[in-house]
Amino acid sequence: MSTVNLVYFSWVRERIGKGEETLEVPAGVVTIADLLSHLKTLGEEYETALEHQNVIRAAINQEHVEHDEPIAGAREIALFPPMTGG
Amino acid sequence: MGALVTVRVQREDFDLSAEVSRLSFDRPEIGAVVTFSGLCRDEAGTLAALELEHYPGMAEAEITRICELAIERFGLQAATAIHRYGKINPGENIVLVVTASPHRQAAFDGANFIMDFLKTSAPFWKKEHLADGTTGGWVSAKDADDTARDRWKR
Repeated sequence: MSTVNLVYFSWVRERIGKGEETLEVPAGVVTIADLLSHLKTLGEEYETALEHQNVIRAAINQEHVEHDEPIAGAREIALFPPMTGG
Repeated sequence: MGALVTVRVQREDFDLSAEVSRLSFDRPEIGAVVTFSGLCRDEAGTLAALELEHYPGMAEAEITRICELAIERFGLQAATAIHRYGKINPGENIVLVVTASPHRQAAFDGANFIMDFLKTSAPFWKKEHLADGTTGGWVSAKDADDTARDRWKR
């Protein structure tokens, strides 16, 4: 089992109720998609935040990745909605 | 000689003229400078302020990546991008892009390209505060912004 630092932004942060946390990654959680599925089992707030899973964007070590990206070796994984800067 | 890429993510306002001077100082090979600034609109009086959240570290890194892509693709001589965060009132600056090239077309295209990618891939999120005192919620991403970005695909 490995640990990873998770960071959340915008309404993902608000719905989960925190900006960051450290997670023990269970065996079998290989990709971002697996991670999202796992998080949704952790409670209602996660379920609500990640309900529309396809909308959620992810970054590993501060670089954008797709949901099929393996998370092995990640120090920091960020989850957030589509960006609205500019 | 000025830096090739200047990227800043800051709470404070910026000065357009100062940034243009900084970028073009002692660079007589520059023939064109394009400046784009994005401001907070009041949405016909309904918006009191925008609150901009960002991902510290990644915001700078992502904007730098975008500027480097633009320099490479359009042969820019320099690019500056500044994005503010925190509470921003209508009429205030949100974002600045300055590009420089020997001739105007590259600078225009480069600034356009940087803005299109910045809107869809720089980690910033806008929350609305409404004039009636309520929180209007998070601004939704627009399909039109994805379309604008995708036109640069080749």
